[in-house]
Amino acid sequence: MTDRLPPQPGEWIERQRTVRFRFEGREYTGYAGDTLSSALWAAGVRVLGRSFKYHRPRGVYSMANHDVAVMVEDAMHVKARRTNLRGDVLKIEDGMDLVACNTKGGVDKDRWRITEKFKAFMPVGFYYKAFYSPRALFPIHERMMRKIAGLGTMDRAGEAESTPKRYDFCDVLVVGAGPSGLSAAIAAAEAGAKVLVVDDQPHIGGSLSYQGAGDRTRQFLADLAQRCDALSNLEIRTSTEVSGCYGDLWVSLVDSQKLTKLRARTLIVAAGAYEQPAVFHNNDLPGVMLATAAQRLVHQFAVKPCRRAVVVAANDTGYQAALDLHHVGVEVAAIADMRADGQDAALQKSVLDAGIAIHQGHVIYEAHRGDVAVDSVTLCALGRDGVPDTARSVSVDCDGVMLSVGWMPTNGLLHQAGVRFGYDDGIEQIVPNTIVAGVFAAGRVVGVFDLASRMADGQRAGRAAAAHLGLCEAPGDRSPSHAGSSPSHPYPILKHPHKQNFVDFDEDVHLSDFHNAHQEGYDNIELLKRYTTVGMGASQGKLSNMNAVRILARLNEKTIPETGTTTSRPFQHPVPFSHLAGRRFHPMRHTPMHDWHRDNGGHMMFAGTWYRPEYYMRDGIDRAQAIVGEATHVRSAVGMIDVSTLGKLEVCGPDAAAFLERIYTGRFAQHAVGRCRYGLACDESGVIIEDGIIARTADDHFYVTATSSGAAAFYREMQRFAMIWGMNVTLINVTGHLGAMSLAGPDSRRVLQTLTGADLSAEAFEYLKFETAEVAGVRARLMRVGFVGELGYEIHVPASQALYVWNKVMEADATVRPFGVEAQRLLRLEKGHIIVSQDTDALTTPAEASLGWALGKDKPYFIGQRSLRVLDQHPQSRRLVGLTFPDVPARRLPLENHLILEGDEIAGRITSVAHRTTLDQPIALAYVPPQRTEPGTKVQVRVNGRMIEAVVTSLPFFDPEAERQKV
Amino acid sequence: MKIIHCPVNGPRPLQEFHYGGEVRDEPDAGAVSDEQWADYVFSRSGEPGVKVEWWYHIASGTWFIAERDIVSDEFIRTYLYTDGPSATAGSNP
Repeated sequence: MTDRLPPQPGEWIERQRTVRFRFEGREYTGYAGDTLSSALWAAGVRVLGRSFKYHRPRGVYSMANHDVAVMVEDAMHVKARRTNLRGDVLKIEDGMDLVACNTKGGVDKDRWRITEKFKAFMPVGFYYKAFYSPRALFPIHERMMRKIAGLGTMDRAGEAESTPKRYDFCDVLVVGAGPSGLSAAIAAAEAGAKVLVVDDQPHIGGSLSYQGAGDRTRQFLADLAQRCDALSNLEIRTSTEVSGCYGDLWVSLVDSQKLTKLRARTLIVAAGAYEQPAVFHNNDLPGVMLATAAQRLVHQFAVKPCRRAVVVAANDTGYQAALDLHHVGVEVAAIADMRADGQDAALQKSVLDAGIAIHQGHVIYEAHRGDVAVDSVTLCALGRDGVPDTARSVSVDCDGVMLSVGWMPTNGLLHQAGVRFGYDDGIEQIVPNTIVAGVFAAGRVVGVFDLASRMADGQRAGRAAAAHLGLCEAPGDRSPSHAGSSPSHPYPILKHPHKQNFVDFDEDVHLSDFHNAHQEGYDNIELLKRYTTVGMGASQGKLSNMNAVRILARLNEKTIPETGTTTSRPFQHPVPFSHLAGRRFHPMRHTPMHDWHRDNGGHMMFAGTWYRPEYYMRDGIDRAQAIVGEATHVRSAVGMIDVSTLGKLEVCGPDAAAFLERIYTGRFAQHAVGRCRYGLACDESGVIIEDGIIARTADDHFYVTATSSGAAAFYREMQRFAMIWGMNVTLINVTGHLGAMSLAGPDSRRVLQTLTGADLSAEAFEYLKFETAEVAGVRARLMRVGFVGELGYEIHVPASQALYVWNKVMEADATVRPFGVEAQRLLRLEKGHIIVSQDTDALTTPAEASLGWALGKDKPYFIGQRSLRVLDQHPQSRRLVGLTFPDVPARRLPLENHLILEGDEIAGRITSVAHRTTLDQPIALAYVPPQRTEPGTKVQVRVNGRMIEAVVTSLPFFDPEAERQKV
Repeated sequence: MKIIHCPVNGPRPLQEFHYGGEVRDEPDAGAVSDEQWADYVFSRSGEPGVKVEWWYHIASGTWFIAERDIVSDEFIRTYLYTDGPSATAGSNP
């Protein structure tokens, strides 16, 4: 640990705990509390990673979670291997074994560094231009590029990791535990609010932990912490990031262990500002870093950033950084101050007293590379026009360059909360210019930099939040305005004939890329961003977005507000997938017979919100055989299917019949008590949305069944129309209250008769009769219906007794066999019965589905009637018909949604198809043009690129006179 | 996630609700032309401003009316259809 400093006041490392770890195959030691970058830097390592595109060596730059070139992953397979970990914030632990993500052959000898030699051939927009055609080659290019310009590798063999999710609430959420945030939190808590402070750093203090740190600052921070501790309604969580802010202050907090979904009543953003780099030649060399990165190394980790430094300043904080370095024994060779005047006199005197040379009105023009890191810089006088005068230059030897030229407010959460921004020319910073109720901001994020002012501003914001909650009077004062010279330079960007002045370090975007993109017409910030990829890398432009806006504003000769900024969306920082993955919050419904199906070989499938048996598995036969076997048994003997998933609605009240007359297309006013009938419902545009069986159980009471998947929405719409129409009708959704089974087949009457006292004879219980009767001693609603085209009964009983009745029917006769959803679909297809949303789509009218008979056209009103009247005047465009495939071999048969073509035109499509049926041939339902509906007409279907011939066949395919269900 | 004030159940999270479209009066089917009817069925106004909308609280089966600023996505007030706007149930603070 050659560059470790003696103990610093307030340092974050624990010197009594040495940590051993490996990086790139070599062993290193650090202290507990060190990050990977700080421990390596202390060990004298200067190349910590390689850049994304050109594989240039990179070192410490921000130490603030933006050093995305220093990205590492676990070298060895561990339980859940982690990748894309950022070295500047990754805490080292004993036994860690890490390698850099984006290299070929390690950080020192990365063979991909050759890509930089080709940079002349990779101008801005290169990917878009070079790999656009021929398209066939794109997958090869893509694979190659992902290898070269890639991030970490995914561990497909690793164990799935799951993290807990927590819910939380607070009155005031304060983001940032710096002086502004803590001051705000104390003010709000003292007013009585329940306050939560979160900070992504492991310790509180914000800038107090590294800027001008020392014994006095340490005491100041300790006092603040003590005041926080004394307030029982104030909680602080460190190492916690706010990853996003959603509607009504629904905020996601991410820590290493879990995701917390927090509902805040008010939000105070005191997240500070990101220090921004200057753009000059070789501004990415190891040794070049933000001044705050150097200060973090010194004060938090007691690491010497370099031996001989040049500080590039455009503000007073640069002078403070120079003094900080000087105090720990770094020789500060020079300060290049971009300002011609306006320096703080006292600070300037301290610097001069320390023997540090100040080059006023000078700027860094280029950094020079030694072995791998910086070894000298060229400083130039900066003209009034912002152009460096290379004739007046000095060369300074140094192994460190500290940049202190400006800030970008950490305002992403304010953006997400709906705040809009303007630009303050006085401080050259983007600041909020709208107010959102319940959202406040304090400190550097609103342009308040001086410590005393930040404390005052925090207190103001804390009281404002408490006042919003009605806990105290609103403070009248506003944020204090900035005194002294601007903290940020308006244009810290310098042209250079070579192309190594980086604007975006994530994606290796140069200044010249902006000029080229602008010349090609990308003169809008959103377009420029996408074309150059500035701000699209792993840090999402934390160190580049501000400079990008400044550059574009100059290119367009516009102001910064006119240029605008890109939108800030969640997440603020990358969030591990394990935090996002979680339990399904979409519960699946089980019918009362669910366990029976499972115990009897039921192959369960998802059907809307339900589990249903697709078919019953039996030894020695495959799925298709099982399905046809079940269907054949229904045709020849008797089968039973669980139809508990049917939507079941009670419609009662004096207006019940009139209500259904309006909801359904058919007639219900004269519908007899004790009878069932088919009901079809359309929406306002005349499109089929629902069908089902409706039984009239009393004059003022109907029992309605609806499709399994559509019932919830249909019930919802019924409720709305009942309200709008002001009808005296009560609607009850009893879908879950009742279980139901359908017993079908020629033997169904004989079987059911053994269980009920009701007379099931053809004369007493005719087709479409409804009756309430006991089945196996349980009061049941019996309906004689025929969806599958056989003699059959639906038995609806209370859900709690449904399994009992199901078992009783099964036991009543050895010939009763269960059948699943697939067999039912096959049986109904043979009968030509449609399934709404399978054989209808978002445009299907009743006439197209040959359901014109279900319309009561002379009724005064039903939903969709007026639209159907319009449609009647127009020629029909398609019609649902049956198809057979007389000469088509089995392997060429179509599937659902295969298209019917006429020439090159799409003429229709298959909606349902069965390859194996209880008939002697495959069958299908399909839409065809109206002139192709005549039975015997041939149509062409495209199946996997080849055409087959199908023949239009009259419906139904089976038992056209419905003799089997009317016995 | 937004919070919506259901007139019956009070403030509840957005995922408990279903959006039911803008409140629009159905014209008299006998009195309007085909074009006017088609306009009613198919045309919607996306004009910025305050919309009067149907919302449905799924768990309790409650339809109600919400006045919402579709620019700021702010719920201004909610009330039951049968009660009318005078019976304002609540708005977001």
